Amino acid sequence: MAMNYNAKDEVDGGPPCAPGGTAKTRRPDNTAFKQQRLPAWQPILTAGTVLPIFFIIGLIFIPIGIGIFVTSNNIREIEIDYTGTEPSSPCNKCLSPDVTPCICTINFTLEKSFEGNVFMYYGLSNFYQNHRRYVKSRDDSQLNGDSSALLNPSKECEPYRRNEDKPIAPCGAIANSMFNDTLELFLIGNDSYPVPITLKKKGIAWWTDKNVKFRNPPGGDNLEERFKGTTKPVNWLNPVYVLDSDPDNNGFINEDFIVWMRTAALPTFRKLYRLIERKSDLHPTLPAGRYSLNITYNYPVHYFDGRKRMILSTISWMGGKNPFLGIAYIAVGSISFLLGVVLLVINHKYRNSSNTADITI
Amino acid sequence: MSTERDSETTFDEDSQPNDEVVPYSDDETEDELDDQGSTVEPEQNRINREAEENREPFRKECTWQVKANDRKYHEQPHFMNTKFFCIKESKYANNAIKTYKYNAFTFIPMNLFEQFKRAANLYFLILLILQAIPQISTLAWYTTLVPLLLVLGVTAIKDLVDDVARHKMDKEINNRTCEVIKDGRFKVAKWKDIQVGDVIRLKKNDFVPADILLLSSSEPNSLCYVETAELDGETNLKFKMSLEITDQYLQREDTLATFDGFIECEEPNNRLDKFTGTLFWRNTSFPLDADKILLRGCVIRNTDFCHGLVIFAGADTKIMKNSGKTRFKRTKIDYLMNYMVYTIFVVLTLLSAGLAIGHAYWEAQVGNYSWYLYDGEDDTPSYRGFLNFWGYIIVLNTMVPISLYVSVEVIRLGQSHFINWDLQMYYAEKDTPAKARTTTLNEQLGQIHYIFSDKTGTLTQNIMTFKKCCINGQIYGDHRDASQHNHNKIEQVDFSWNTYADGKLAFYDHYLIEQIQSGKEPEVRQFFFLLAVCHTVMVDRTDGQLNYQAASPDEGALVNAARNFGFAFLARTQNTITISELGTERTYNVLAILDFNSDRKRMSIIVRTPEGNIKLYCKGADTVIYERLHRMNPTKQETQDALDIFANETLRTLCLCYKEIEEKQFAEWNKKFMAASVASTNRDEALDKVYEEIEKDLILLGATAIEDKLQDGVPETISKLAKADIKIWVLTGDKKETAENIGFACELLTEDTTICYGEDINSLLHARMENQRNRGGVYAKFAPPVQEPFFPPGGNRALIITGSWLNEILLEKKTKRSKILKLKFPRTEEERRMRTQSKRRLEAKKEQRQKNFVGLACECSTVICCHKAIVVDLVKRYKKAITLAIGDGANDVNMIKTAHIGVGISGQEGMQAVMSSDYSFAQFRYLQRLLLVHGWWSYIRMCKFLRYFFYKNFAFTLVHFWYSFFNGYSAQTAYEDWFITLYNVLYSSLPVLLMGLLDQDVSDKLSLRFPGLYIVGQRDLLFNYKRFFVSLLHGVLTSMILFFIPLGAYLQTVGQDGEAPSDYQSFAVTIASALVITVNFQIGLDTSYWTFVNAFSIFGSIALYFGIMFDIHSAGIHVLFPSTFQFTGTASNALRQPYIWLTIILTVAVCLLPVVAIRFLSMTIWPSESDKIQKHRKRLKAEEQWQRRQQVFCRGVSSRRSAYAFSHQRGYADLISSGRSIRKKRSPLDAIVADGTAEYRRTGDS
Repeated sequence: MAMNYNAKDEVDGGPPCAPGGTAKTRRPDNTAFKQQRLPAWQPILTAGTVLPIFFIIGLIFIPIGIGIFVTSNNIREIEIDYTGTEPSSPCNKCLSPDVTPCICTINFTLEKSFEGNVFMYYGLSNFYQNHRRYVKSRDDSQLNGDSSALLNPSKECEPYRRNEDKPIAPCGAIANSMFNDTLELFLIGNDSYPVPITLKKKGIAWWTDKNVKFRNPPGGDNLEERFKGTTKPVNWLNPVYVLDSDPDNNGFINEDFIVWMRTAALPTFRKLYRLIERKSDLHPTLPAGRYSLNITYNYPVHYFDGRKRMILSTISWMGGKNPFLGIAYIAVGSISFLLGVVLLVINHKYRNSSNTADITI
Repeated sequence: MSTERDSETTFDEDSQPNDEVVPYSDDETEDELDDQGSTVEPEQNRINREAEENREPFRKECTWQVKANDRKYHEQPHFMNTKFFCIKESKYANNAIKTYKYNAFTFIPMNLFEQFKRAANLYFLILLILQAIPQISTLAWYTTLVPLLLVLGVTAIKDLVDDVARHKMDKEINNRTCEVIKDGRFKVAKWKDIQVGDVIRLKKNDFVPADILLLSSSEPNSLCYVETAELDGETNLKFKMSLEITDQYLQREDTLATFDGFIECEEPNNRLDKFTGTLFWRNTSFPLDADKILLRGCVIRNTDFCHGLVIFAGADTKIMKNSGKTRFKRTKIDYLMNYMVYTIFVVLTLLSAGLAIGHAYWEAQVGNYSWYLYDGEDDTPSYRGFLNFWGYIIVLNTMVPISLYVSVEVIRLGQSHFINWDLQMYYAEKDTPAKARTTTLNEQLGQIHYIFSDKTGTLTQNIMTFKKCCINGQIYGDHRDASQHNHNKIEQVDFSWNTYADGKLAFYDHYLIEQIQSGKEPEVRQFFFLLAVCHTVMVDRTDGQLNYQAASPDEGALVNAARNFGFAFLARTQNTITISELGTERTYNVLAILDFNSDRKRMSIIVRTPEGNIKLYCKGADTVIYERLHRMNPTKQETQDALDIFANETLRTLCLCYKEIEEKQFAEWNKKFMAASVASTNRDEALDKVYEEIEKDLILLGATAIEDKLQDGVPETISKLAKADIKIWVLTGDKKETAENIGFACELLTEDTTICYGEDINSLLHARMENQRNRGGVYAKFAPPVQEPFFPPGGNRALIITGSWLNEILLEKKTKRSKILKLKFPRTEEERRMRTQSKRRLEAKKEQRQKNFVGLACECSTVICCHKAIVVDLVKRYKKAITLAIGDGANDVNMIKTAHIGVGISGQEGMQAVMSSDYSFAQFRYLQRLLLVHGWWSYIRMCKFLRYFFYKNFAFTLVHFWYSFFNGYSAQTAYEDWFITLYNVLYSSLPVLLMGLLDQDVSDKLSLRFPGLYIVGQRDLLFNYKRFFVSLLHGVLTSMILFFIPLGAYLQTVGQDGEAPSDYQSFAVTIASALVITVNFQIGLDTSYWTFVNAFSIFGSIALYFGIMFDIHSAGIHVLFPSTFQFTGTASNALRQPYIWLTIILTVAVCLLPVVAIRFLSMTIWPSESDKIQKHRKRLKAEEQWQRRQQVFCRGVSSRRSAYAFSHQRGYADLISSGRSIRKKRSPLDAIVADGTAEYRRTGDS
C-alpha cells in the first residue's frame, strides 16, 4: 500500500482537531478572476471584420506606395565609380602602391541641376564592415574620452591595440581601416578655370555621436598633449589629433572619423562625406553642367574586389532615393486588395454552409 | 466503504492474481486478509491460537531488537551503521521526521545542483561557459546569464516556498507531545524526542506518534480502538488487542516503568498489515502480530488511554516507509515537448554546421584578401569555420527556448490554482474545494480516453436507504395517503409516534403505516419483525440513542427501517435478542444464526419466542430463496412481479421468508448442527449442508427494495462524458447482477446495449487466439498484426466481467501454476531450457491474450469489471491511451497511481486515495467540469502556448541566419545584445503567459454543453509534430520577412537629414522593433479571450520595449558604461525617420496579413467545432434554457435483474455467538451506523 506521506494531510485531515475553526470555510472566493469570468472581448475573424481590413489596407498602402515612389523618383542622384580597376579609368594609375600621393581627376556632367541641399557620399562595395571580427574591434570607452582606456585600450582592439609598446588611439580594426581618400568637386564653367565647390565638413554626423558618444580625452588645451603617450593607428598617415585644423572637428570628434566608426549594416554601403549647402533659393545648388572630381587616392579596395564610388544626391522627406519601399507598398497594397476580393468570393460561397445545425451536441 | 471492498472473497486460492503481474499489491493484500479471517471459526479459536503460539516465528527475519525502557541498549556499537567515512549512525531512527529538502546552508548549492540536473538548464550553463571562451564568444556574457538567472531564480523561489512550508509542517508535527516514561514516571515529551524502546501513554483522540506495541489500555482485555483513516482511508474503527500477559501486568505506571521486555521482530518495512515478532519477557516468549501494533498516523478512539512500546520510530515507521513511492507522472505533451526540443537541437547543430562551412569558404574566398579584417592570427579558413560553428551555436541558442520549461511550469501552476478556486467544484456540504495536488498534469486532463471509476463511494454515496417493499404481494413505498390514493405531492411519513425512530428515513407511503398500526394484515408486522430480528447487526445505546453497527450497509438500512416502522432492535446478548415491537419489549432466545456467505446468499436466524415457539427467519437473494420455498405460497407470483418492478427501478432486492419449526425437528437438527460446528475438517461445507437441511419449505413474506443511492448528477456526468467520446469503465467487485444494476442506474447501460459477460468474452478470445495461431499468430512476430473487430460494427456494447472471469481471461491462473512448477529445482540443463522455453511461450501467449482482451474491451462503450490496477495498466500498456482513474478508498490507490491521472474523492474522512491522487474533489459529478472545462481549457492553452513559443523563438533567432549571408557568415548578430537578453524575458513573455493562463475559446457553459469539443484533445489535434513544424515554418517565414523587407529598404537609403545611411545599429533597431510588434500582435491574434490584462500586457510589452530601448540608447547610460551600452542615440535617431517607420509598418503588415487570411479561410472552409460554436456564441447564449433530455426508462419485464442486498462479506455471527465483543461497558461510538466492519470478527478471532 504505497502512499504519499504528507505531513500536512495529517494535520488538517484528522478529525480529532477540535471543531473550533468552523467559522472559516475553505470556500473559494467568488471573484471574476478566480472564477475565470473576467470581462473579455472575444474577437472572431468574421467576414465583417476581416474583409474591410484587407480593403482598407489596400486602399491605404497603394497611395502611400505611390507617394514614396514619386518622391523617390524626384530625387536627383549621380554616382561616380572611381575604383580605377578598368584600364581606361583615370584612377587606374593609383592601383599601384608606389605612387604616393596619387591624385586622379574624373570629369562628369550633370544633365539636370540639383536643387536644395546636396549631399556628397562615398560608397564602398564588398566591404564587410559588418563582419563580427571587425564590428567588435573598437573601444567605446576610449572613444568616449576615458583616460584610462586611452592608455590601456580594450582587448577587443587586438591586434590594433598597441604598436611599439604604445597604446593606439583610436584602437581597433575599424579605426585602423578608416577611409582616407580626399574628394574635391569643381564646377567646370565656360571658363577653362574650374570653380571649386564649397564642401562642408561639419554636420555630417549624428548629434548624439558627436556630442555624447565621441569625446576627446580630458586635459589641456592642446590636443596633442591630451593624446600624449599614444600612437597613431598602423595604417594612418597622421595621428588622430591632426585630422583637421578646426579644434571642434579634430581628434575623436572629427566627423569623418565618427561617420566611419558608425559601421554599416551591409557589405555595400554609403557614408556621408560632405554637405553642399544651398546658397540661395534662386540658384540651384549644383546647376547642370560639367564637373570634375579630384580624388586623392589612398584607400585600396581592389585587393578584395571592392568598389569605390562618389555619390551626389538630394534628399526628400523620406531620405534619399529608395525605389524599393514605394514598390513594396504598392505591391502589398494591391495584393491585400486582391486578397480581399478573393476572400469575399470564398466567403460568399461558403456562407450558407456553416450553420449551428451541424454542431455536434 | 470497507464492506464494499472490490475483491472477491469467493476466489479459491488458485484464482488469486499473481503478485508478480500486478505492480502493487494492495488489492491482493486485502484478499489475503479476508481469506485469513474467514477460515478461522470461533470454536477453533483457542486451538488455532495455541497452534500459532507453538509455531516457530520467522527467526531469520527477526533482526530488529528492541528493549523496553532501555535507551542505552539501542546505542550499542553493533547497532551503528557507518554512514560516511567515520560518522556512525544508529540504525534506529529517532522519531523526528524530516520531509524538508534543504536547510539554510544547503539551499543554494543543493537547489542549483537539482536544477542543473535538468537538461535544459545544463544546456544553458554550457552555453555560458562557451561564451566565456574569447575565440568563439559571439554574444555578450549577459545574453545567456540574465535569462538563466531569471529562470533559476523563479524555480528556486518556488522550491524555497515549498520547503519553508515543509519545514513548518515538520516542526509542527515534531513538537506535538505525548507522555513518555522517564526515570520511572510518565512525563510529557515532544514527539521528536521519542525513541525506540520508550513506553508511552496515549489518550483518547491522540495521534499515534510511532509504530508501537500495544501493552495495555483502559478497556477490558486491553482492547484499543483506532481509526486508520490516515493509513488506509477506512473510517470504521479497528480493534487492537494486547497480549494477555501485558494486559494483566502492565496496567500501572510503576509496573510499566520497570517493564523490561525484549522484542525481536522484522526489520522496518512498508506492509501496513503485516508484522511478525516475538516478545521475550519473564523467561517466556510471546508471538506478536499486526493486531497488537498501533501504527503511526492512527488515531486512538473510544479508549481513554493506552500504553505502548515504541518499536519503529520516525523514518522507520510503516507510514513513512510507504511515503515517497509516488510515481513521477509526466504528460504526453511533456514527452512531445522534449522530443521537439531535441529536434530543434538537431536543427540548431545542422544550421551552425552549414554556416560554419559557409564561413570557412567565405574566409578562403574573401576574408583572406580583406586587409581590413586582419586580426593578427594566422588561422586557416577551416579552423575559423570550426570556431564559428561554436559561435553560431551561441548566436542561435535562442532557438531552444530558455524560458520554455519555466513558463510551462508557471502556466500549469496557474491552471492548478484555477482548479482550486473553482466554486463550481466546491462542495459546500463538506466544505471541500477541489484540489489539484500535482501541478504538472493539467493539459492531460483535456486528453482523456478512458475513465476507470470505482463504484462504491465514487458513483454511489454508499448510503443504502430502504425505499420500497412488497408484503404479501402488495407493493408499498409509492407516494400515497392512508386510503391508498396516489398523490404526487405528499408529505413525508411522520414517524413521531415511534420513540425509536431516528427521523432520517424519508418515506411517503402513508398506507403502510396505516397497515402497521391497524395490524389488519399480520404479515406486515411479521415482515418488519423479521427485519428487526434476522441480522447480525450490533447495537450500542448511548443516551437512549440506538447506534447500529452492521456488516454491510444494506443490512444496516434494513434494521434501521424496521426500527423506524416500530420494530426496533434494542439489544442482543450471546443468545438472546431484544426487540421493541410497537412499544412492547420482547426478548427472544436465539437458537442459531445461520450466517451469510457469498455462496449461500442468504442468512437465517432461529429464535424461540417468549411463547416457546421456534421460528426460522430467513432473508436472501430471490434466486436462492425461491428454490427453497414451500410449494404452497400464494404470493409467489405477485412478489416475483414486484421484484421485477424493483429491479427495473435499479433497486437492490432481497426476499424475506420464515417458517415454523417443531421442537422435535429442531432438536434433531441442532444435534447435527453442533456436530458440524466442531468438525475439524471441511467445517464450512459441513455447516452449509446442515443449514441447507433446515432452510427449506419456507413461507414467503415479501421482498425489500433498497436504493444504493447514486451521488448527485452521476448519470448526467456519465452521459456527458460519453458524448465527449470518453469511455467509462466501472471497476467494482460486485456480483454480476449488482454490477448490472448499477450500470443501468448510472445510465451506462441502456435497453439497447448488448451486454457481454465473462463467458462470451472468453469464447470470443479463444476463437481469436485460435485464428491467430492458425495464421502463425503468437510466434510469428513479423506477421502484420491482424486488426479486425471482434464485434460487427454499430450497436452499443458493454462488458460485464467479474473478478474470477477476468483472471480466467487474462490467464492469471496459469501463470500461478507455472510458478508453483518452478519451485521444483530443475535438475538437468535440458529441463531448465525446456522450462524457460515453455515459460516464454506462456508469457507470449498471455501477452497476446491480454492484447486481444484490451482490443475487445475497447470496442465496447462500457466495461464493468474488477481488479483495478491491472486493468488500468493493461489499457495503458496496449492501448497507448490516456487513462484517468477515479476512486475514494484505499483499494483504489493502486489504480489511481497506475493511471495517467488519478482523481481522489475527498471529503470523506479517508485520506489515502486523496493522498495518492493528482486531483481531488468531493463529488463524482465535478469530473465533467474538471475534464470538459478545466481539461479543455488547459489543453488549448498549453497547445497555443507551445505553438506560439516555438514560433516566436524561431522568428526571433533565424534573422541571424539570414543576416549571416550578408556578413560573411561571421556570426554577427542582427540585434543589439541587450535586445537578445531581454526579448524572451521581457518583450514577448507576458502576453503569452497570460494567454496560457486566461485564454478560453468557448465559455465553460458552452464547453459543457458541447462535449464534442473534447475530441480534439483526445486526438492530439492541437499540438503534434505537424503543428509543431507548421509553427516552425511560420517562424521561419516571419524571420525571412523580418529580415528581407528591412534589407530591401536599407540597400540604398539615407536618413531624412542625409546622415548615417543604412548603418548597422539602425538596421538592428528596425528589425527588432518590427519583430516585437509582430510577435505581440501575433499573440493578439492567437488570443481568443481578450481581458483587459491581455490587452494591457500586449501593448505594455511593446511600450516596455520602446521604453527600455530608449533608456539603453540614452546619453546618460552611455556616459556611465560606454562599453556596455553601445547603441547610444540609435533609437532616437532611427525612429525619427519616417522611412524606418514605413519599413516597420510594411514588415508587420506582411507578417500578419497572410495569417489573418489563412485563419479566416480555414474558419470559413474547414471550421472546427470550436469555431462554429464561437461563431454562434450569441445565439447559443440566447437559448439559455437548455435541459438534458430526460431519458425515459422503458425496459421490458424480461430484463429483470435480481440483485441481492448483501455485500459479500460474512456477518458478525461468529462474533455474536462467541460473545467476546459484547461488552458491559462501552464508550460512545461517535461514528458509524450502517458502516460496519469485518474487523470485529478478526479481533474476536485473534
